[in-house]
Amino acid sequence: MRMGITELAVKLRKREISAVELTKAYIDAIEKLNPTLNAYVHLTFDTALEAAEQADQMLKEDDAPLLCGIPMALKDNICTDGIPTTCCSKILEGFKPYYDATVWERLKKQGAVLLGKTNMDEFGMGSTSETSCYGAPLNPRNTNYVTGGSSGGSAAAICANLAVYSLGSDTGGSIRQPASFCGVVGLKPTYGAVSRYGLIAYGSSLDQIGPLTNSVKDAAIVFDAIKGVDRRDQTSVDYDYGSSMAECLDRDIKGIRIGVAEEFFDGINPEIKSKVEEAIKLFERNGAVIENIRIPAMKLALPVYYIIACAEASSNLGRYDGIRYGYRTASYSSIDDMIVKTRSEGFGDEVKRRIMLGTYVLSSGYYDAYYKKACLIREEINREFDAVFEKCDVLVAPTAPSTAFPLNCKRKSPVEMYLADICTVPVNIAGVPAISVPCGEDANGLPIGMQIIGRRFGEVTVLQVAHFYEQNAGQIIGAYEGGVRI
Amino acid sequence: MNYEIVCGIETHIELATRTKIFCGCTTEFGGEPNTHCCPVCTGQPGALPVLNQKVVEYAIKAGLALNCKINTKSHMDRKNYVYPDLPKAYQISQYDEPLCEKGYIELDSGKRIGIARIHIEEDAGKLIHEKGYTFIDYNRSGVPLIEIVSEPDISSAEEAKEYAEKLQLIMRYIGISDCKMQEGSMRCDVNLSLRKPGDSSLGVRTEIKNINSLSFIQKAVMAEAERQADILDAGGTVVQQTMRYDEATNTVTPMRDKENSEDYRYFPDPDILRFSIDEEKIEEIRKSLPELPFEKLKRYVNVLGLPEATAKQISRYRKVAEFFEGALAEGASVKNAANLIVGTIFATMGTEEEKELFDVLISPAQYAALVKLADERKINIGVAQATLQKMLETGKPVEEFIKPEDLVGISDEELEKLCREAMDANPKAAADVRSGKDKAINAMFGYIMKKTGGKADIRKAEVMLRKLIGQ
Ligand SMILES: [Zn+2]
Repeated sequence: MRMGITELAVKLRKREISAVELTKAYIDAIEKLNPTLNAYVHLTFDTALEAAEQADQMLKEDDAPLLCGIPMALKDNICTDGIPTTCCSKILEGFKPYYDATVWERLKKQGAVLLGKTNMDEFGMGSTSETSCYGAPLNPRNTNYVTGGSSGGSAAAICANLAVYSLGSDTGGSIRQPASFCGVVGLKPTYGAVSRYGLIAYGSSLDQIGPLTNSVKDAAIVFDAIKGVDRRDQTSVDYDYGSSMAECLDRDIKGIRIGVAEEFFDGINPEIKSKVEEAIKLFERNGAVIENIRIPAMKLALPVYYIIACAEASSNLGRYDGIRYGYRTASYSSIDDMIVKTRSEGFGDEVKRRIMLGTYVLSSGYYDAYYKKACLIREEINREFDAVFEKCDVLVAPTAPSTAFPLNCKRKSPVEMYLADICTVPVNIAGVPAISVPCGEDANGLPIGMQIIGRRFGEVTVLQVAHFYEQNAGQIIGAYEGGVRI
Repeated sequence: MNYEIVCGIETHIELATRTKIFCGCTTEFGGEPNTHCCPVCTGQPGALPVLNQKVVEYAIKAGLALNCKINTKSHMDRKNYVYPDLPKAYQISQYDEPLCEKGYIELDSGKRIGIARIHIEEDAGKLIHEKGYTFIDYNRSGVPLIEIVSEPDISSAEEAKEYAEKLQLIMRYIGISDCKMQEGSMRCDVNLSLRKPGDSSLGVRTEIKNINSLSFIQKAVMAEAERQADILDAGGTVVQQTMRYDEATNTVTPMRDKENSEDYRYFPDPDILRFSIDEEKIEEIRKSLPELPFEKLKRYVNVLGLPEATAKQISRYRKVAEFFEGALAEGASVKNAANLIVGTIFATMGTEEEKELFDVLISPAQYAALVKLADERKINIGVAQATLQKMLETGKPVEEFIKPEDLVGISDEELEKLCREAMDANPKAAADVRSGKDKAINAMFGYIMKKTGGKADIRKAEVMLRKLIGQ
């Protein structure tokens, strides 16, 4: 059984292990496994050991924070002062920000030990992590399969126990879907619950940073540490969750109203469908009230998502021109030529596809037909979600319509890849929180994920229901053999 | 010219906030290149903008001073285009919901020039071309601007100049910008087309970019109107294009051959939430607005009874007006207080800028103390002027220069005695005055002033002399 954050924190405080020893154990495991798994793309062992030493100093004090000395990883789109942050894109080759993302600043203050930056789909665009310029990470549960995406490296690192926890970002399912494919826990918080300052933007109105962990409790602890209003992000919200997340986990689920929407189960792999239905029965047996509900606008969520996300991406990615930082083409005849060549060479196909799509939907003459209409439908989806959460406390749904795909199989068909986000995207459109928890395996032994979705700032209930399931469903946590054993 | 000018002006004004529009960087002019910068204003990946509330407040101030309707709901948009001085590849601006709309500026003639809209936006960086390279300085990047767009209501070069002049005056007055055209804190783009009188449809228009002085606005409008008229007279058609005004040759020439129909792909900036402004805040700002220069001018003429020319000179500069009104509050007379400012204080100030700053060493109260001596005829205007000069140089109060014994001045008996002496000394002059040659009295004034060292009250002396001469 692998250890969670609380158990490790106890061990560190009892001096059964030092932060430096713990960090070294993770470094060894990464050195051994990462060449195969490709979960990390930038390693920061030197600074990790320094941080661990400092953490050991902090741990001598009685009030050292819970995350002090715990080795972790960040997705490669979260800015880290002096450490490469490239969004796994050639265009940001060699880019080292001179500022920290707010989430990293908060964790650093707690004495976090950063092992490195994890692999991802280029700029978060993809559902397999195969669009990374560093090559795809492999699914530790079966290396012939993808990790999911775009936070594939972050999920793989947790699955293989190459970090105690990691942060990913979720624009349309990028935390939950790889969590589901790798059999780990992934939380996408409410939009605005966690500051986006320092998160390299993909779809600004959808992006949200969240943790990937081995347990719901760990997710609660990490979320607790990173959440909260930030004066540098106007979209962040000053929401008072009351007591700490982890303390709420053991509350009873009796009387909790769980919504089941048939729209989430359309076209889902039958194996997954039946596992999630089993879970629903488990909740019912334990006193939850099951409500059958409808979210008709959900069928429009995927096109709405691709219009809004791509529109915002086309604008957000305009700044990569080779002038100030990152990759610049080798030879050029004029500034226009330089920009065109830099972008042609620096961006991968999927990113180019989405920039083109986004530019198109914002162009005059098409704006009303696409972008504006998408915004209207987004409002309708929001209204339907609001109505749902008047009747229910949470929604339960599959995380993805299938388990992990074999490597390379989706690369030729982007639309097929887009469908992998069908269950996760509506949650980003509505800006509500959702968690993916492991929910058994398919016949090939690949993990299945279940989503628990809550109302805006309803993280406490989401985590509580997820925790109940985790504790009572007898799921095997950390089924992967290898990685660190403490 | 057989055409009517149809002209509108777009004015960019840099707001005098201490920090930039989306970050805490200083807006201070100059500085080593790229030293007033941070991740936000240089558009680094991951950085996010936070809207400066002061910018919104200043823009509302401008809107209220220009009689605009303030939109209580507003948002920021992204205007996407690629240029090296624009680090995010979009400018954060306002598109379909500008902060202020539908105002006007009234010209001296009483004609109103409509203000279509005022919106807030960020400035870009600056390109520096040197030694075959192009360098970029982002110090200006993120400096807050407002863009004031007039309706095409301007129909002459003079009106164009007056409009811009009035706009500048108002913006300075309400303290939101120094509007220095030379330093670029106010820049005008002029849109112009011609049409036959009586035509209701608009002709093809051109846009003259970045005019940086008031007189150039007038000249550019004139030059462009003539250029377009020549084309039309020759049976040609005006091409819609962007022009540049060359002050050296007083000509307008195309900047780009074709107006490139750029598609800015505007959409609401998802990083900045929609904002609403409550009516209370608007009222609070409205109350904080100073009396505007034109209202002041009217009041000075109609209520205080100042001659229009003097009233104009004082009301034009907010600090001067405050000084003047401060002196009035201390009991100085309108006429003397105004005349001494315009005649004596302004003489020490060479430029508009100095008058604008009005950096004087004495307080309105000190000034009033001097003016009152003149009002009460305890000193005459000549002494007042000379004393004021000394006060301005030293910052010392009037008592330092005028002793109590000087103030008592000349008693009526003494004055009478002096007048008799003056008549005796100038018998011819006295006779001339008696026979109606009024100017001859000056010779006797000269005698009296000489004897008293300039202290005698000349008006009193005049009355006395005329009585003695028997007029
Ligand atoms: Zn800045």
